[in-house]
Amino acid sequence: MSHPDKYRLRRTMMFLNCQKPSLIKDPYVYKPDSIMLDLEDAVAEREKDAARYSLYHALQEIDYRGVERVVRINGLDTDLWREDVRCAVAGGCDSIRIPKTETADDVRTVEYAIAEAEREFRRPVGSVLIMAALESARGVINAMSICDSSERLFGIALSGGDFSRDLQVPISGTGVEFMGARQHMIIAARAAKVQCFDTVWTNLDDMEGFRKEVETIHAMGFDGKSIVNPRQIPVVHEIYTPKQKDIVYAEKVVREIEDKRAKGIGVFTVDGKMIDIAFYDGAKRTIALAKASGVYKGDL
Amino acid sequence: MINAVGRDIPEEIIEITGKEPFQGNLYRDDKPLTLHGPTIRPVMNNEKSKLVANIREALEKCGAHDGMTVSFHHHFREGDLIVNMVMKEIHEMGLKNIRICASSLGKAHSALVPMIEDGTITDIESSGVRGAIGEAISNGKLKGLAIMRSHGGRVRSIATGESHIDIAFIGAPTADDYGNLRGIGGKADCGVLSYAIVDGNHADYCVAITDCLVPYPNFPAHISQTKVDYVCVVDEIGIPSKIATGAAKPTTDQRKLLMAQYCTDVVVNTPWFKDGFSYQTGVGGASIASTQYLAEIMRERNIHMGFGVGGLTKAMCQLLEDGMADVMLDVQDFDLDAVRSLKNVNHHRIPAAVYANPLNKGAVVNKLDYVVLASLEVDVHFNCNVVVGSDGMITGAQGGHPDTAQGAKCAIVICPLLQGRIPAICTDVTTVTTPGESIDVVVTDYGVAVNPARQDILEALKEADCVPLKTIEELRDIAYSIVGEPDKVEFGDRVVGIIEARDGTIMDVVRQIKEV
Repeated sequence: MSHPDKYRLRRTMMFLNCQKPSLIKDPYVYKPDSIMLDLEDAVAEREKDAARYSLYHALQEIDYRGVERVVRINGLDTDLWREDVRCAVAGGCDSIRIPKTETADDVRTVEYAIAEAEREFRRPVGSVLIMAALESARGVINAMSICDSSERLFGIALSGGDFSRDLQVPISGTGVEFMGARQHMIIAARAAKVQCFDTVWTNLDDMEGFRKEVETIHAMGFDGKSIVNPRQIPVVHEIYTPKQKDIVYAEKVVREIEDKRAKGIGVFTVDGKMIDIAFYDGAKRTIALAKASGVYKGDL
Repeated sequence: MINAVGRDIPEEIIEITGKEPFQGNLYRDDKPLTLHGPTIRPVMNNEKSKLVANIREALEKCGAHDGMTVSFHHHFREGDLIVNMVMKEIHEMGLKNIRICASSLGKAHSALVPMIEDGTITDIESSGVRGAIGEAISNGKLKGLAIMRSHGGRVRSIATGESHIDIAFIGAPTADDYGNLRGIGGKADCGVLSYAIVDGNHADYCVAITDCLVPYPNFPAHISQTKVDYVCVVDEIGIPSKIATGAAKPTTDQRKLLMAQYCTDVVVNTPWFKDGFSYQTGVGGASIASTQYLAEIMRERNIHMGFGVGGLTKAMCQLLEDGMADVMLDVQDFDLDAVRSLKNVNHHRIPAAVYANPLNKGAVVNKLDYVVLASLEVDVHFNCNVVVGSDGMITGAQGGHPDTAQGAKCAIVICPLLQGRIPAICTDVTTVTTPGESIDVVVTDYGVAVNPARQDILEALKEADCVPLKTIEELRDIAYSIVGEPDKVEFGDRVVGIIEARDGTIMDVVRQIKEV
């Protein structure tokens, strides 16, 4: 049976620097779905120990009020990541984000270390989930096998900065350099039935550009976006929250399909549109998302 | 004696000051009182010149003496040069036991500390003090008492004669040789002289100090020649960049924006938010942001503000400029945009007396629907502390906080749950400066609490389901669960200051910091 939180709502995953206790003390006031407590790029090399110390105590002491606590560990090419895993698991994190994932073996290596730490710190084996960040052309090409690598893996995320460097192009702001990777990753994730997350938008002054990008990735099927500032949260949530008319329509579709199925009718119309069983899952997803977003008060 | 906010006011303080403990907001409502008039020297001889060569000559001509009270306004804020200039002269004259009656004192006045230490200055009356003077008082260096009173309370104390001013020194951006003073123009343009008007009306002597002498008549005068004894021209009365700053950049601090959003949600979902409503807010990032959010909703719903009041900023004056507010009433200008806005015919200067004096026949604050305030601490009785830091050091000013909070139908205090490691929502504030009966809503980053005395507001917000409602005790408990309940600050026995209520009764006392 899969982990109960594997498919939880993750519209916004907010990066926070573990080196700064003031940032990680109460980010839940901004209501992100997940926080990503960063031990990697945001933390200065000589501050890695101090960041782990803050992380451990924050995870132990702070009630994050239901916000998922993901820890981004250092890369597998460093000698830091094993201690990061121990610290995160001991603290009680929900998930671990693996940076620079290139192969399914990378995931399995970390999974093994997580299981060891779970035993060491007496947590149920399998309780900590994994997400994999794809940051290179090789990682993106291997998306399918990475998605299939572990039962713990709930999703993959594009990491745009490193990926564009690997492609040898600058980030244009138009998203053109990410087109192939995004399309490839979402298809792989859906094939493996895991979630897929988009990269950060770093220009905080360009909120219009940010909004456009979120609309695009929402339309492509991404489950959410990595974010770097709380002001980005309301925009993502607004775009990801089903509109009232969509909820009403989805509700009708679900009810009609269930009703017609009982009567042995396969194809019919709702509000003038042809509907059959193929629409059922989509309508159910809309209702589930509306529920998770707190805007559905119905009984489905 | 325990007063109406549960604070123990020592008998000897009641005896020394002749004041009563605070009895509740409406204790002096409708009770008769007699106002005080100054003793003046009429100028009938048309050959008399009011110009003096320097501050020393003004002091001598006004009969400066030991034990006198001198007064100042704080329109030049942290750019003020007047207080130090005059006190330096008084110090050099060797005068002692001087009482300063200022509308406020700030970090610009740290030069007074040695004069406190050597007994030149023994008493201070002010809205509050910051920086080194606050530390000096909290450390017991002032021989007499510091009396902290609100802007409205200061007018009351001067108008009733409780504070008798011997010589008022009024820094004036422009003046003519016969003492017509204006707050606008010149090098130290501060827009208005609202806090100094009561000084002009009630001080025995009144000395204008300017760095911009203009031809007679400097009209329309904000303080009239009929109030002014002498005019002294000096090189510089203020530092412009520290007087009216450029408009504050809109805050990008998400925590402040979150609280601003909650605050706006409270305003627009309570019954007074309708065409013609009145509103006051401060200069903090959250206050300015909440004004901007409010403006958006006013536009959407086509609701006009009847009048805005206050210490004004660009955000408020913009509403007037855009035709979304009908009138602005101005006691102080915090940025250059507010100063410029005075050109608008519907932007009116008002004296501090009209703004907030509790003991006249009704001040503007009584007509406020909403005021948005800040606070260092708020306790579970909704009492606020805006003067004494959680470390026990005097570090802030009452300003118009108690005046507007009492006057407004809906007084909203924005306060982050935690100030660093200190819980700002607590069981008992370090010092009560505004009583809980004046405070209706507390907005924090963790939720919004409504004073249980205001069931009307609570019902309206429940109905609207617009903000996360919590009780004030729940907010305190969250704060304590995060940072723990701090031990109470330990004070020494000696009372170094009193927090005066608007009506002149004693709200609380401030004790000397305990020596470690």
